[in-house]
Order: sequence, then structure tokens, then C-alpha cells
Amino acid sequence: MANVSESVHAHGDGGGDHGAHAHPDFLQHHFDTPVQQFNAAKLGMWVFIATEILMFGGLFCAYAIWRGLDPRVFDDAHHFLNKILGATNTIVLLFSSLTAALAVRSAQVGKRNLTSLYLIVTILCAGVFLVVKYFEYSHKFHLGLLPGHCFGHPGLSAAVQNGEEVGTCLRVHADSAPVMPEWVKAADEDGHVRLLSPRANMFFGLYFVMTGLHGLHVIVGMSILAWVLYKNIKGKFSPAYFTPVDLGALYWHLVDLVWIYLFPLLYLVGKPE
Amino acid sequence: MAAVDIPVAGGHAADAHGDPHANYLKAKRGIGSWLVTLDHKRIGLMYLTMVSLAFLVGGIFALLLRIELFSRGKTIVDGETYNRFFTLHGAIMVFLFIIPSVPAALGNFFLPIMIGAKDVAFPRLNLLSFYIYLVGLAILLVSIVSGAVDTGWTFYTPYSVQSSNSVISMTLGVFVLGFSSILTGVNFLVTVHTMRAPGCTWARMPLFVWGMYATALMQILATPVLAITLLLLCAERFFGIGIFDPKLGGDPVLFQHFFWFYSHPAVYIMIVPGMAINSELIATFSRRAIFGQFAIAMSSLGLALLGFLVWGHHMFAAGMSEFATMLFSALTFLVAIPSGVKVFNWTATIYKGSILWASPMLYGMAFIFLFTIGGLTGLFLGTLSVDIHLTDTYFVVAHFHYVMMGGTVIAFLGGLLYWWPKMTGKMHDERKAKIGFWFVFIGFNTVFIPQFIMGSRGMPRRYYDYLPQFEPFHKVSTVGSWILATGLFITAYTLLEALWKGKKAPRNPWNSAGYEWLTETVPPLANFHQPPVFTRGPYDYHLATPEELATGEDGREVSFTTQMAAKESTHPA
Repeated sequence: MANVSESVHAHGDGGGDHGAHAHPDFLQHHFDTPVQQFNAAKLGMWVFIATEILMFGGLFCAYAIWRGLDPRVFDDAHHFLNKILGATNTIVLLFSSLTAALAVRSAQVGKRNLTSLYLIVTILCAGVFLVVKYFEYSHKFHLGLLPGHCFGHPGLSAAVQNGEEVGTCLRVHADSAPVMPEWVKAADEDGHVRLLSPRANMFFGLYFVMTGLHGLHVIVGMSILAWVLYKNIKGKFSPAYFTPVDLGALYWHLVDLVWIYLFPLLYLVGKPE
Repeated sequence: MAAVDIPVAGGHAADAHGDPHANYLKAKRGIGSWLVTLDHKRIGLMYLTMVSLAFLVGGIFALLLRIELFSRGKTIVDGETYNRFFTLHGAIMVFLFIIPSVPAALGNFFLPIMIGAKDVAFPRLNLLSFYIYLVGLAILLVSIVSGAVDTGWTFYTPYSVQSSNSVISMTLGVFVLGFSSILTGVNFLVTVHTMRAPGCTWARMPLFVWGMYATALMQILATPVLAITLLLLCAERFFGIGIFDPKLGGDPVLFQHFFWFYSHPAVYIMIVPGMAINSELIATFSRRAIFGQFAIAMSSLGLALLGFLVWGHHMFAAGMSEFATMLFSALTFLVAIPSGVKVFNWTATIYKGSILWASPMLYGMAFIFLFTIGGLTGLFLGTLSVDIHLTDTYFVVAHFHYVMMGGTVIAFLGGLLYWWPKMTGKMHDERKAKIGFWFVFIGFNTVFIPQFIMGSRGMPRRYYDYLPQFEPFHKVSTVGSWILATGLFITAYTLLEALWKGKKAPRNPWNSAGYEWLTETVPPLANFHQPPVFTRGPYDYHLATPEELATGEDGREVSFTTQMAAKESTHPA
């Protein structure tokens, strides 16, 4: 692999028949000019972001279908999500997008230390987001809202449906009133005890898949930004070359943007008129 | 600069990439230099090796299937194994062979050369895409060893949620292969947008590159949807989220919608590259400007667009509203327009052309013939009332094999023979190649024409056993598969034989005006010795100089400098 990393930077001057213009260090051998290289990288990132949006698009499409079919169930189920924590995370992510953008700006004008600072703040915000998410998830697990647990899946939890195991939620939160086995009775975030239709399964299924996939993207985004931070500290960037900072921030904006849609759709979804 | 300087070995000190003027096969030596190479040509060859092996394995499964169907009842394997065989045949052929075949192998090799670039925009992503492909391949192998999948390559729910656990590893493998495909697509799209050489305008861009561009668009826009679908399938199995499970309030038809939203564009990801190759073959071997170059280029984009609007025609019998089926049926008929544009333009190109009956041209002509049959039978299936009778029969099997095998694979073979001299620097034996072609052509039709007939008479697809009246058709079809296999082995032998026995290839053995034939045989590491400047289109036989069209026995690159001087006054078409 040494070969690969060597060749990243540079084209030595040995074989060069590249015409008169000088080849800066960061310019890869197959590009003619830094502008061409930057344009290629930027277009590549935008196209990659398009693929990400289409991937999430499948989930949003599934969400639209089931929300359209079961608006009341979605309304009931969304009371189990904590709006305060969700809003906090939204603010944290929006702020981190701001710092990511500022990091690009400071890289552009060559303020290396400031770039590092902004990157560190961005990564810390991502960390805060994940910690909050951790508390939200563990509370849901505790309530048994993970699909396949309370919401019996015939393949996975035959035992669950027939009794003992079921019901962390039924046992802990349900009163003695007879409840159909597939229905779930639990206290929502405001402390109201609610009866959840078995179809709420779909809401929580989508909740976990959508936020889970988004969480994965947060982790990937943190890793990318950490790598950019490392390169920045090593002094690899200059006003002439800051492409990775730019593209890392672009990716981070995507992560932010997806959450901007997830938050209202999952936490704030209302009752139909 | 009257002629290009061919550098003397050792004339340039090698840098990290090797000498840009050295023959790409010899610039660096040793297996290690191949494994970490960033050269698009070498990556293309590595892909070519892997997809050929996949084609061999998928083909062996096909032969086994045909042998099993040779006679009624059990012939060689039991029903369960038969189910696994057709699943593996489909999955291997679709995901490991056809989708990467033309773009990742031939496209990787020729796309940068044909636009005069030194490499693709992201060489490291290119290599990464190859390794991701290998990982996907390994995962698929694991799922084959660990008990094989029997769902068919479409993984329809709810069966795929209940059947053996290898479904998970299989879908995971396909998921990973999707990433490889996306990376290739991103790479090609960006390369075409940002790296074209001076003079290679959009209007002049070779049709092969246009086809790769349309394919890249589809790979980028469709594959992520497959990714999320397979991810949901895994979530369904592991966590029971129930999106596709009616017992939990889900809907298995939704899986089909998601699946075909990817897989219909995927069908065009498979066929558009075949058409792209065919445009090159027809133009070169008719020795004239391709008729309707702009129309053919736009029809590739038209197919890419329509590919996203017709997925519902796979589900006419699966339970959709009447309105939706009518809409999908109407949209499906629209596909005939760009397909027809291509076929008519190729035919018009051949008309009064100066045809050279070389082996690649035989494949080119066969492509037009077989693809037309495949395309027209598609209209039968797009017609709602007829489809109710034909759906899930051998008619469908024959239809898509005429498009996929008769189209893409034939074009792939034609493209291999066409470009083999440039890729390897060796000429193959034309006589053997032509013998191989006739075996392939006759064998192919012998396999699938009987399938059209028995399909129209009601023989269902994927069945292990059949009624006595279908026996003659199955027998003929199986014998055809042996002829076809013989032809493929002859062709493979012809290509491999060229490597050690072939004569040294000239620069332009087919006297083509295409850009890729201007460079040296074998191409140097940087593709061209001088940064190319194109002063005419790749099909402008009337503008090409005699030097450019000459065979060029010494294999040397055409000088762009003299060309520019000679043509300062010409106006590009």
C-alpha cells in the first residue's frame, strides 16, 4: 500500500513531460491544473451526495407511504419521542454546520489554527449529538419499543408473543386491564399512558432505521473531519489547496440536512386535520 | 515536431507512477505493481479477468440447469438444488458479470483514452471500486458455500425473509457490489465532465463514451435505492421491522416496487453499454460517419431517463391499480423510441457503407438482429392483456436473454475482439474468431427460440419439471446450450491464444477514425505521448488524414501537431 499513499501527493519531476507549467505538490499526475482537480473533486462529492440522498430517499418514500396509510398511529407513536432532546440535537447539528462552514472559510484565508479549532468544535458537536441519541435509544429499548420486542415478529419472537418475555413494556407500564397481545400499553414522554396499535411497529421500525442510518453517517462524518483535522495540523492545506476541508464540510452539511428532515417527520409529526 | 518521439527505454527516470511514456504493461513489473496500480488500463484488465471468471461460473450453472431440464423428472439434481442453481446463475450473471462487464472492464480501459485524458478523475477510487467488487464477490462465495440461496436473483419477500440465512449474506454481497458500481459511475461521470481533451467537445464525444455517461447516471441514481432496499430486507430479518411483512402490517409488493426501481434501470445499466460498443463497431466497420450521431447520443440519455419510469411493468400481475398498470404500460412503449432510434441509425450507417466483415462486425450485426428480436418481444410483454398470458413463462426468459445475452454479451464479445489488439498489442486469429462467432450465434438462437415458443404455450419459468408436450423444446434448447458453450470456449481460446501466439498488433488494425486508435499500440502509461488535441470527430472519415486511417504497422502514435497544422482551415461538423 505504500505505493498508493506515495502517489497521492505527487508526481515527481523525473518522468515529467507536462509542458511548461510547474506542478504543485498537491496536483495529481493526471490533472493539468489545480482548478481542474478541484472541479473534479467537487463534482465528485456532489454526485456522491446525490447517491446518499437517493438512499435516504427510499426510506422517506417508505415513511410517506405508511404515514399516509396510518396517520393516527404515527401520531400516537410520535409522542414516545422526546421533542426536547430532538430539538437539542437539531440545534447542536445546525451549530456544527456553522462551524464546519467557518472551518472552510478559515482554510480559504490560510488561518490554520482557526481551522483546527472550528473542526474540533464540529467534531465535539457530533459527539454531543451521538450521546443524546444514545440516551434516547436506551430509553426506547427500556420501554420495549424496539420492533421485534413488543411488536412481535412471528419469526423472531414467537416466545415473546405468547407471554413471559413480552412485555417489558406490558409488565412494567401496563395496568391490569386486558390488552390484546399485540397491543402495547406504555407511558409516553409526557407521562400519558397510551395504547399503541400493533401497526406502530412501522413507525418505530422506520424511526430506528432512519435515525440509525443517519447516526452511522454522523460517525462517518466525524471520522472524515478527524482525518481532515489531522491533515490540517500537519500543515497540508493552504489557500491554494484546501479541497479536503471543503469536501469534508460539504459531507457534514448533508448529514445535517438529513437530520433537518428527520426531526419534524419523526418528532413533530402531527394528527391529520 | 513531425513525428512523435518514442522514448528509448530508460530515457526517462521513472517516478512514483512509472514513466508516462512506457508501455503500460511494462512500465512496472511484478504482481505487486498490479495489485496497487492506479492505472485505469490495468484496473480495467483486472476487472476483465474477474468478470470473465464470473461469466464462466455463471455459465456453468446455466449449462447445469439446461442439462437438468433435458428430460422430464430428475435428470441430475433434485428440485431444491435446481432452485439454488437458477438463483446462482441469475445472481452471478447479473451482479458479478453483466453490470460490471462493459463499464468496469472495457469502459475503464477506453473511456479516458477516448476523451484524451491521462486517467479517470479518481484513480484511487477506481482501484477501491475493484477491491470492493472482490469483497462483494467473496461474500457471495460465502453465501454459496454456506448453503446457497434459492429465492431467485430478485430476493422477493416474504419468501426471502423466511428462507435460509444465506439470503442475508447474499444481499450483503449485492449491497457491497452496489458500492463498487456507484464508485465506477461517479468516476466516469466526473471524468467525462472535467477531463475531456481540447477539441473533444460534447458534440464530438465518441458514442461509447456517451453510453458510459448514460450508464454512469443510472448507476449513480438507481443503485442507492437497491442499497436501502437490501438494508431494509436485512433489518426485516434481524429486527422484524415489518415493512415488507403483511403479518406486521407491511406490504411485500412495496419490496417489489423498491427492487424494480433499481433493477429496471439496472437492465439499462446492462444494455446501454452494449449499445455503446455497437455504435463504435458499426461505424468503424462500415467506414463512414455514423448516421445520426447526436440522435444516438441523446437516445442513450433517453433510455437512462425512461429506465426510471417503467419499473412497474415487472409487476403487472403482482397487484397494482388498473390505472397504474395502464400508465406503466404506456411508458413502457415509449422505450421503443430511443431503442428504435439506435437500431434505425445503425442500419442507416451500414447502408452504402464500405463494410469490412471482420469478426467484431459479425458481432455488431448479430447485435442489431438479436437486440431487435429482444426489443420487439418486449412490446408483447408491455401489452397488458398479452402480459397476463406470458408473465412468468419462458417467453420472459427468452426475451431478456435476447436483450442481455444477445445484446450485451454479444456486444461485449465484439468489443473484446475489436479492442483486443489495442489492449494487448497482439492480433487474434480472425478465422478462429469467426468460427467461434457462428457457434455462438447459432447456439444462442437454438437455446432461446424454442423458449419463446414454449413460453407462449404456457411453460412457466423456474419450474423443475414440465409436461410432456414441452419436452422437444427443452431438448433442442439444451443442445443449443452446448453449441453456445462451444462457441464461447472457441472465442475465449482465440483471445488467449493471441497473447502468446498472436502477431504484433499495428496501431490501427481496423483503419478506424476513432480517437483510441490514434495512440500507440500498446498505449503508454499516460495514454498519449503528446497531450492530444482533437480537430475532428471520431467518426469523421472524410476529415481523417490518410496517416490516421492507415494501419500503422509500426504501432506508433499519430502526431497531433502535424494534424493541427494540416487542418487549420477545416470546419468541424
